Amino acid sequence: MPGFDFSNYNRNAALHARGVPLPKATSTGTTIVGCIYDNGVVIAADTRATSGPIVADKNCEKLHYIAPKIWCAGAGTAADTEFTTALISSNVELHSLSTGRDPRVITCMTMLKQHLFRYQGHIGAYLVVAGVDPTGVGLYTVHAHGSTDKLPYVTMGSGSLAAMSVFESMWQPDLNKEGAIALCSEAIKAGIFNDLGSGSNVDVCVIEKDKPTQLLRNYEKPNERGLKERNYRFPRGTTAWLNQKVISKEDMKKYVTIETLSGDDNLAAGEKMEVDV
Amino acid sequence: MGSPFDINGGACVAMVGKDCVAIACDLRLGMQALTISNNFPKIFNYAPSTYLGLTGLATDVNTVSDLFRYKVNMYRLREERHISPSDPGQPGQLIVPFICGFDSIGCIDFAKDFIVSGTASDQLFGTCEGLWEPDLGPEDLFETISQALLSAVDRDALSGWGAQVYIIEKDKVTQRLLKGRQD
Repeated sequence: MPGFDFSNYNRNAALHARGVPLPKATSTGTTIVGCIYDNGVVIAADTRATSGPIVADKNCEKLHYIAPKIWCAGAGTAADTEFTTALISSNVELHSLSTGRDPRVITCMTMLKQHLFRYQGHIGAYLVVAGVDPTGVGLYTVHAHGSTDKLPYVTMGSGSLAAMSVFESMWQPDLNKEGAIALCSEAIKAGIFNDLGSGSNVDVCVIEKDKPTQLLRNYEKPNERGLKERNYRFPRGTTAWLNQKVISKEDMKKYVTIETLSGDDNLAAGEKMEVDV
Repeated sequence: MGSPFDINGGACVAMVGKDCVAIACDLRLGMQALTISNNFPKIFNYAPSTYLGLTGLATDVNTVSDLFRYKVNMYRLREERHISPSDPGQPGQLIVPFICGFDSIGCIDFAKDFIVSGTASDQLFGTCEGLWEPDLGPEDLFETISQALLSAVDRDALSGWGAQVYIIEKDKVTQRLLKGRQD
Protein backbone atom coordinates (compact mmCIF):
# COMPACT_ATOMS: atom_id res chain seq x y z
CA MET A 1 0.00 0.00 0.00
CA PRO A 2 1.53 3.29 -1.05
CA GLY A 3 1.20 6.48 0.99
CA PHE A 4 0.91 7.09 4.70
CA ASP A 5 -0.38 4.60 7.24
CA PHE A 6 -2.78 6.27 9.66
CA SER A 7 -3.81 3.08 11.54
CA ASN A 8 -1.93 4.12 14.69
CA TYR A 9 -3.66 7.49 14.53
CA ASN A 10 -7.05 5.78 14.21
CA ARG A 11 -6.21 3.52 17.18
CA ASN A 12 -5.24 6.55 19.29
CA ALA A 13 -8.43 8.40 18.27
CA ALA A 14 -10.53 5.36 19.25
CA LEU A 15 -8.75 5.08 22.62
CA HIS A 16 -9.16 8.81 23.17
CA ALA A 17 -12.90 8.52 22.49
CA ARG A 18 -13.08 5.85 25.22
CA GLY A 19 -11.53 8.21 27.74
CA VAL A 20 -7.78 7.53 27.53
CA PRO A 21 -6.12 10.92 27.84
CA LEU A 22 -3.42 11.95 25.36
CA PRO A 23 0.15 11.89 26.72
CA LYS A 24 1.36 15.26 27.94
CA ALA A 25 4.13 16.46 25.65
CA THR A 26 6.20 19.48 26.58
CA SER A 27 4.77 22.38 24.69
CA THR A 28 6.12 25.84 24.28
CA GLY A 29 3.09 27.98 25.09
CA THR A 30 5.16 30.68 23.65
CA THR A 31 5.79 34.18 22.44
CA ILE A 32 8.02 34.37 19.36
CA VAL A 33 8.49 37.41 17.12
CA GLY A 34 10.49 38.62 14.15
CA CYS A 35 11.11 42.03 12.59
CA ILE A 36 13.14 43.18 9.59
CA TYR A 37 15.25 46.33 9.62
CA ASP A 38 17.28 48.29 7.05
CA ASN A 39 20.22 45.86 6.96
CA GLY A 40 18.94 42.54 8.31
CA VAL A 41 16.40 40.79 10.51
CA VAL A 42 15.89 40.16 14.23
CA ILE A 43 14.00 37.24 15.80
CA ALA A 44 13.29 36.81 19.50
CA ALA A 45 11.64 34.32 21.88
CA ASP A 46 10.77 33.82 25.53
CA THR A 47 12.26 30.84 27.40
CA ARG A 48 9.37 29.05 29.15
CA ALA A 49 8.39 25.44 28.35
CA THR A 50 5.16 24.06 29.81
CA SER A 51 3.53 20.68 30.31
CA GLY A 52 -0.16 21.37 30.91
CA PRO A 53 -0.24 24.03 33.64
CA ILE A 54 3.25 23.06 34.95
CA VAL A 55 6.36 25.04 33.98
CA ALA A 56 8.63 22.22 32.75
CA ASP A 57 11.70 24.33 31.87
CA LYS A 58 12.33 27.90 33.01
CA ASN A 59 15.13 28.65 30.58
CA CYS A 60 14.74 26.61 27.37
CA GLU A 61 16.04 27.59 23.92
CA LYS A 62 13.43 28.29 21.26
CA LEU A 63 15.78 29.85 18.69
CA HIS A 64 16.94 27.05 16.38
CA TYR A 65 19.86 26.99 13.94
CA ILE A 66 19.05 26.19 10.30
CA ALA A 67 22.09 27.62 8.52
CA PRO A 68 24.70 30.22 9.56
CA LYS A 69 22.46 33.04 8.25
CA ILE A 70 19.03 31.38 8.61
CA TRP A 71 17.50 30.88 12.06
CA CYS A 72 14.11 29.72 13.23
CA ALA A 73 11.97 30.51 16.29
CA GLY A 74 9.63 27.69 17.30
CA ALA A 75 6.27 27.50 19.12
CA GLY A 76 3.90 24.58 19.66
CA THR A 77 4.98 21.03 20.58
CA ALA A 78 8.56 21.41 21.79
CA ALA A 79 9.89 18.11 20.38
CA ASP A 80 8.27 18.81 16.99
CA THR A 81 9.90 22.25 16.63
CA GLU A 82 13.26 20.80 17.75
CA PHE A 83 13.28 17.82 15.36
CA THR A 84 11.61 19.52 12.37
CA THR A 85 14.17 22.35 12.40
CA ALA A 86 17.04 19.85 12.84
CA LEU A 87 15.80 17.81 9.87
CA ILE A 88 15.34 20.86 7.63
CA SER A 89 18.73 22.20 8.76
CA SER A 90 20.36 18.96 7.51
CA ASN A 91 18.50 19.10 4.19
CA VAL A 92 19.33 22.79 3.72
CA GLU A 93 23.03 22.03 4.31
CA LEU A 94 22.97 19.16 1.76
CA HIS A 95 21.07 21.35 -0.71
CA SER A 96 23.61 24.16 -0.43
CA LEU A 97 26.48 21.65 -0.81
CA SER A 98 24.90 20.19 -3.97
CA THR A 99 24.10 23.58 -5.53
CA GLY A 100 27.32 25.22 -4.35
CA ARG A 101 25.40 28.30 -3.24
CA ASP A 102 24.44 29.87 0.07
CA PRO A 103 21.03 28.60 1.19
CA ARG A 104 18.01 30.88 0.72
CA VAL A 105 15.37 31.64 3.33
CA ILE A 106 12.54 30.93 0.86
CA THR A 107 14.03 27.47 0.12
CA CYS A 108 14.04 26.65 3.82
CA MET A 109 10.48 27.99 4.24
CA THR A 110 9.25 25.90 1.28
CA MET A 111 10.89 22.73 2.63
CA LEU A 112 9.28 23.36 6.02
CA LYS A 113 5.78 24.01 4.64
CA GLN A 114 5.87 20.97 2.34
CA HIS A 115 7.03 18.75 5.21
CA LEU A 116 4.36 20.12 7.58
CA PHE A 117 1.54 20.00 4.99
CA ARG A 118 2.34 16.35 4.27
CA TYR A 119 1.67 15.59 7.95
CA GLN A 120 -1.67 17.49 7.93
CA GLY A 121 -0.95 19.41 11.15
CA HIS A 122 -0.03 16.34 13.23
CA ILE A 123 3.47 17.79 13.58
CA GLY A 124 2.66 20.67 15.93
CA ALA A 125 5.40 23.06 14.83
CA TYR A 126 4.61 26.78 14.50
CA LEU A 127 7.67 28.61 13.24
CA VAL A 128 9.10 32.01 12.44
CA VAL A 129 11.80 31.64 9.78
CA ALA A 130 14.25 34.49 9.31
CA GLY A 131 17.51 35.04 7.51
CA VAL A 132 19.69 36.86 5.04
CA ASP A 133 20.59 35.34 1.65
CA PRO A 134 21.92 36.56 -1.74
CA THR A 135 18.40 37.75 -2.66
CA GLY A 136 18.08 39.92 0.46
CA VAL A 137 16.36 39.71 3.82
CA GLY A 138 13.63 37.13 4.47
CA LEU A 139 11.06 36.84 7.27
CA TYR A 140 8.24 34.26 7.20
CA THR A 141 5.83 32.46 9.50
CA VAL A 142 4.98 28.77 8.94
CA HIS A 143 1.90 27.20 10.57
CA ALA A 144 1.62 23.52 11.52
CA HIS A 145 -0.81 22.84 8.65
CA GLY A 146 1.61 24.29 6.08
CA SER A 147 0.34 27.82 5.44
CA THR A 148 2.88 30.64 5.33
CA ASP A 149 3.05 34.43 5.56
CA LYS A 150 5.63 37.01 4.49
CA LEU A 151 5.52 40.24 6.50
CA PRO A 152 7.86 42.95 7.79
CA TYR A 153 7.01 42.06 11.40
CA VAL A 154 5.48 38.83 12.69
CA THR A 155 4.44 37.17 15.96
CA MET A 156 3.42 33.60 16.81
CA GLY A 157 2.48 31.39 19.74
CA SER A 158 0.03 31.89 22.60
CA GLY A 159 1.58 35.29 23.33
CA SER A 160 1.27 36.45 19.72
CA LEU A 161 -1.62 38.81 20.48
CA ALA A 162 0.24 40.55 23.29
CA ALA A 163 3.37 40.81 21.14
CA MET A 164 1.47 42.04 18.07
CA SER A 165 -0.10 44.82 20.12
CA VAL A 166 3.42 46.15 20.74
CA PHE A 167 4.33 45.93 17.04
CA GLU A 168 1.08 47.56 15.91
CA SER A 169 1.58 50.51 18.26
CA MET A 170 5.36 50.98 18.05
CA TRP A 171 6.60 49.58 14.69
CA GLN A 172 7.74 52.05 12.07
CA PRO A 173 9.40 51.68 8.68
CA ASP A 174 13.18 52.17 8.34
CA LEU A 175 14.10 50.76 11.75
CA ASN A 176 17.81 50.39 12.49
CA LYS A 177 19.41 47.38 14.19
CA GLU A 178 19.20 48.74 17.74
CA GLY A 179 15.59 49.84 17.19
CA ALA A 180 14.59 46.42 15.85
CA ILE A 181 16.26 44.58 18.76
CA ALA A 182 14.56 46.88 21.30
CA LEU A 183 11.16 46.49 19.60
CA CYS A 184 11.39 42.67 19.44
CA SER A 185 12.54 42.51 23.05
CA GLU A 186 9.64 44.74 24.11
CA ALA A 187 7.18 42.52 22.20
CA ILE A 188 8.52 39.37 23.90
CA LYS A 189 8.24 41.08 27.29
CA ALA A 190 4.58 41.86 26.54
CA GLY A 191 4.12 38.10 26.03
CA ILE A 192 6.14 37.18 29.13
CA PHE A 193 4.08 39.42 31.41
CA ASN A 194 0.60 39.18 29.84
CA ASP A 195 0.47 35.60 28.52
CA LEU A 196 0.51 32.75 31.08
CA GLY A 197 2.08 30.33 28.58
CA SER A 198 5.14 32.55 28.17
CA GLY A 199 7.69 33.60 30.77
CA SER A 200 11.25 33.92 32.10
CA ASN A 201 13.88 35.49 29.79
CA VAL A 202 14.26 37.06 26.34
CA ASP A 203 16.46 35.37 23.70
CA VAL A 204 17.37 37.40 20.62
CA CYS A 205 19.03 36.48 17.31
CA VAL A 206 20.33 39.19 14.97
CA ILE A 207 21.06 38.24 11.34
CA GLU A 208 22.72 41.07 9.43
CA LYS A 209 23.98 41.36 5.84
CA ASP A 210 27.77 40.81 5.51
CA LYS A 211 28.16 40.27 9.26
CA PRO A 212 28.29 37.16 11.41
CA THR A 213 25.00 36.17 13.04
CA GLN A 214 24.68 37.06 16.72
CA LEU A 215 22.74 34.81 19.09
CA LEU A 216 22.05 36.88 22.20
CA ARG A 217 21.05 34.15 24.67
CA ASN A 218 19.20 35.64 27.68
CA TYR A 219 19.46 39.16 26.19
CA GLU A 220 17.16 40.32 28.97
CA LYS A 221 16.39 38.62 32.29
CA PRO A 222 13.36 40.42 33.71
CA ASN A 223 12.42 37.54 36.04
CA GLU A 224 15.55 36.67 37.99
CA ARG A 225 14.91 34.62 41.09
CA GLY A 226 15.87 36.32 44.33
CA LEU A 227 18.38 34.68 46.66
CA LYS A 228 16.88 32.53 49.36
CA GLU A 229 16.89 34.36 52.69
CA ARG A 230 17.91 31.20 54.53
CA ASN A 231 18.78 27.68 53.56
CA TYR A 232 16.77 24.54 54.11
CA ARG A 233 19.74 22.19 54.32
CA PHE A 234 19.03 19.04 56.36
CA PRO A 235 21.47 17.95 59.06
CA ARG A 236 23.49 14.96 57.89
CA GLY A 237 21.91 11.72 59.06
CA THR A 238 18.32 12.99 58.67
CA THR A 239 17.41 10.34 56.11
CA ALA A 240 17.18 6.77 57.39
CA TRP A 241 18.70 4.25 55.03
CA LEU A 242 18.69 0.47 55.24
CA ASN A 243 21.83 -0.45 53.34
CA GLN A 244 24.41 1.02 51.02
CA LYS A 245 26.80 -0.18 48.34
CA VAL A 246 29.86 1.80 47.31
CA ILE A 247 30.93 1.17 43.74
CA SER A 248 34.38 2.46 42.80
CA LYS A 249 35.35 3.07 39.19
CA GLU A 250 37.78 0.13 39.36
CA ASP A 251 34.93 -2.21 40.39
CA MET A 252 32.85 -1.07 37.42
CA LYS A 253 35.63 -1.79 34.96
CA LYS A 254 35.91 -5.38 36.23
CA TYR A 255 32.76 -6.36 34.40
CA VAL A 256 33.83 -5.12 30.99
CA THR A 257 37.32 -5.50 29.61
CA ILE A 258 38.56 -4.37 26.24
CA GLU A 259 41.60 -6.25 24.97
CA THR A 260 43.53 -5.72 21.79
CA LEU A 261 43.97 -8.88 19.73
CA SER A 262 47.56 -9.96 19.12
CA GLY A 263 48.88 -10.27 15.58
CA ASP A 264 48.58 -14.08 15.77
CA ASP A 265 46.85 -15.24 12.56
CA ASN A 266 45.28 -18.25 14.31
CA LEU A 267 43.31 -15.92 16.59
CA ALA A 268 41.27 -14.61 13.72
CA ALA A 269 41.26 -17.84 11.75
CA GLY A 270 37.92 -17.26 10.08
CA GLU A 271 37.46 -17.30 6.36
CA LYS A 272 39.42 -14.77 4.40
CA MET A 273 37.16 -11.92 3.49
CA GLU A 274 36.30 -11.86 -0.18
CA VAL A 275 36.34 -8.50 -1.80
CA ASP A 276 34.53 -7.76 -5.01
CA VAL A 277 36.30 -5.34 -7.26
CA MET B 1 -9.31 3.29 31.51
CA GLY B 2 -6.49 5.47 32.78
CA SER B 3 -3.54 6.99 30.99
CA PRO B 4 -0.73 4.48 30.33
CA PHE B 5 1.58 6.82 32.21
CA ASP B 6 -0.46 6.46 35.43
CA ILE B 7 -1.24 2.71 35.52
CA ASN B 8 1.91 1.42 37.27
CA GLY B 9 2.96 4.59 39.11
CA GLY B 10 6.49 5.63 40.05
CA ALA B 11 8.68 8.66 40.43
CA CYS B 12 12.23 9.67 39.58
CA VAL B 13 14.37 12.72 40.31
CA ALA B 14 17.93 13.88 39.55
CA MET B 15 19.91 16.77 41.06
CA VAL B 16 23.18 18.56 40.40
CA GLY B 17 25.62 19.17 43.25
CA LYS B 18 29.20 20.38 43.59
CA ASP B 19 31.39 17.95 41.57
CA CYS B 20 28.65 15.33 41.92
CA VAL B 21 25.13 14.44 40.81
CA ALA B 22 22.42 12.36 42.44
CA ILE B 23 19.57 10.36 40.95
CA ALA B 24 16.79 8.69 42.91
CA CYS B 25 13.62 6.68 42.31
CA ASP B 26 10.85 5.03 44.28
CA LEU B 27 10.39 1.26 44.25
CA ARG B 28 6.65 0.76 43.70
CA LEU B 29 5.11 -1.26 40.89
CA GLY B 30 1.32 -1.18 40.87
CA MET B 31 -1.73 -2.00 38.79
CA GLN B 32 -3.94 1.04 39.32
CA ALA B 33 -4.46 1.14 43.13
CA LEU B 34 -3.21 -2.40 43.78
CA THR B 35 0.49 -2.67 44.67
CA ILE B 36 2.20 -5.62 42.95
CA SER B 37 5.78 -5.14 44.10
CA ASN B 38 7.87 -2.95 46.39
CA ASN B 39 11.12 -3.82 44.65
CA PHE B 40 10.92 -2.34 41.17
CA PRO B 41 13.91 0.01 40.72
CA LYS B 42 13.64 2.50 37.86
CA ILE B 43 17.29 3.57 37.62
CA PHE B 44 19.64 1.76 35.23
CA ASN B 45 23.41 1.94 34.88
CA TYR B 46 25.09 2.15 31.47
CA ALA B 47 28.69 3.26 32.15
CA PRO B 48 30.83 3.96 35.23
CA SER B 49 29.15 7.33 35.80
CA THR B 50 26.14 7.24 33.48
CA TYR B 51 22.71 6.46 34.95
CA LEU B 52 19.23 6.60 33.43
CA GLY B 53 15.94 6.80 35.32
CA LEU B 54 12.76 5.72 33.54
CA THR B 55 9.16 6.19 34.73
CA GLY B 56 5.79 5.50 33.14
CA LEU B 57 4.30 2.22 31.90
CA ALA B 58 6.39 -0.58 33.48
CA THR B 59 6.48 -2.67 30.31
CA ASP B 60 7.96 0.31 28.47
CA VAL B 61 10.44 0.93 31.31
CA ASN B 62 11.65 -2.65 30.82
CA THR B 63 11.64 -2.48 27.01
CA VAL B 64 13.45 0.86 26.81
CA SER B 65 16.05 -0.03 29.47
CA ASP B 66 16.81 -3.35 27.74
CA LEU B 67 16.95 -1.79 24.27
CA PHE B 68 19.22 0.95 25.56
CA ARG B 69 21.49 -1.61 27.26
CA TYR B 70 21.82 -3.40 23.92
CA LYS B 71 22.59 -0.15 22.09
CA VAL B 72 25.13 0.94 24.71
CA ASN B 73 26.86 -2.46 24.57
CA MET B 74 27.09 -2.23 20.78
CA TYR B 75 28.46 1.31 21.08
CA ARG B 76 31.12 0.17 23.57
CA LEU B 77 32.24 -2.69 21.32
CA ARG B 78 32.34 -0.45 18.25
CA GLU B 79 34.02 2.58 19.81
CA GLU B 80 36.07 0.73 22.46
CA ARG B 81 35.10 3.28 25.12
CA HIS B 82 32.26 3.93 27.52
CA ILE B 83 29.43 6.29 26.70
CA SER B 84 29.22 9.54 28.65
CA PRO B 85 26.02 11.33 29.69
CA SER B 86 26.41 14.24 27.22
CA ASP B 87 27.91 12.29 24.39
CA PRO B 88 31.01 14.08 23.01
CA GLY B 89 32.97 12.72 25.98
CA GLN B 90 36.59 11.97 25.22
CA PRO B 91 38.66 9.60 27.35
CA GLY B 92 40.49 11.55 30.04
CA GLN B 93 38.26 14.57 29.56
CA LEU B 94 37.44 16.77 32.54
CA ILE B 95 34.35 15.34 34.21
CA VAL B 96 31.59 17.87 34.85
CA PRO B 97 28.24 17.21 36.53
CA PHE B 98 25.49 16.87 33.92
CA ILE B 99 21.80 15.95 34.07
CA CYS B 100 18.99 16.25 31.54
CA GLY B 101 15.41 15.09 31.12
CA PHE B 102 13.16 14.06 28.23
CA ASP B 103 9.42 14.22 27.64
CA SER B 104 7.76 11.14 26.11
CA ILE B 105 8.48 12.24 22.52
CA GLY B 106 12.09 13.27 22.98
CA CYS B 107 12.20 16.98 23.83
CA ILE B 108 15.32 17.50 25.95
CA ASP B 109 15.34 19.64 29.09
CA PHE B 110 18.92 20.70 29.91
CA ALA B 111 18.55 21.75 33.52
CA LYS B 112 21.26 23.25 35.70
CA ASP B 113 19.44 22.31 38.91
CA PHE B 114 17.10 19.28 38.90
CA ILE B 115 14.98 17.01 36.71
CA VAL B 116 11.78 15.26 37.78
CA SER B 117 9.50 12.67 36.19
CA GLY B 118 6.72 10.21 36.99
CA THR B 119 3.30 10.33 38.60
CA ALA B 120 4.68 12.47 41.46
CA SER B 121 6.30 15.01 39.12
CA ASP B 122 4.05 17.87 40.26
CA GLN B 123 4.93 17.19 43.90
CA LEU B 124 8.63 16.76 43.02
CA PHE B 125 8.69 20.12 41.24
CA GLY B 126 7.47 21.68 44.48
CA THR B 127 9.84 19.91 46.88
CA CYS B 128 12.88 20.34 44.61
CA GLU B 129 12.17 24.02 43.96
CA GLY B 130 11.99 24.53 47.72
CA LEU B 131 14.87 22.35 48.94
CA TRP B 132 17.50 22.44 46.16
CA GLU B 133 20.35 24.90 46.39
CA PRO B 134 23.54 25.23 44.33
CA ASP B 135 26.89 23.63 45.23
CA LEU B 136 25.73 20.93 47.63
CA GLY B 137 28.42 18.37 48.44
CA PRO B 138 27.71 14.63 48.07
CA GLU B 139 26.56 14.10 51.68
CA ASP B 140 24.29 17.18 51.73
CA LEU B 141 22.98 16.39 48.24
CA PHE B 142 22.00 12.92 49.47
CA GLU B 143 19.90 14.40 52.28
CA THR B 144 18.31 16.98 49.96
CA ILE B 145 17.36 14.58 47.14
CA SER B 146 16.16 11.92 49.61
CA GLN B 147 13.93 14.30 51.56
CA ALA B 148 12.61 15.87 48.32
CA LEU B 149 11.70 12.42 46.95
CA LEU B 150 10.26 11.00 50.19
CA SER B 151 8.10 14.09 50.81
CA ALA B 152 6.84 14.06 47.23
CA VAL B 153 5.93 10.36 47.06
CA ASP B 154 4.12 10.56 50.42
CA ARG B 155 1.66 12.92 48.65
CA ASP B 156 1.25 10.59 45.64
CA ALA B 157 -0.84 7.45 46.05
CA LEU B 158 0.80 5.74 43.06
CA SER B 159 4.44 6.18 44.18
CA GLY B 160 6.51 5.28 47.23
CA TRP B 161 7.08 1.96 49.01
CA GLY B 162 10.77 2.66 49.57
CA ALA B 163 13.35 4.43 47.46
CA GLN B 164 16.78 4.04 45.94
CA VAL B 165 19.38 6.83 45.71
CA TYR B 166 22.63 6.99 43.74
CA ILE B 167 25.23 9.64 44.53
CA ILE B 168 27.63 9.84 41.60
CA GLU B 169 31.05 11.38 42.29
CA LYS B 170 34.27 11.59 40.24
CA ASP B 171 35.72 8.28 41.41
CA LYS B 172 32.90 6.42 43.12
CA VAL B 173 29.17 5.83 43.16
CA THR B 174 27.21 5.26 46.37
CA GLN B 175 23.91 3.41 46.17
CA ARG B 176 21.57 3.62 49.15
CA LEU B 177 18.24 1.96 49.90
CA LEU B 178 15.98 4.36 51.78
CA LYS B 179 13.51 3.50 54.48
CA GLY B 180 10.12 4.70 53.28
CA ARG B 181 6.45 4.36 54.20
CA GLN B 182 4.85 1.09 53.11
CA ASP B 183 1.33 2.44 52.54
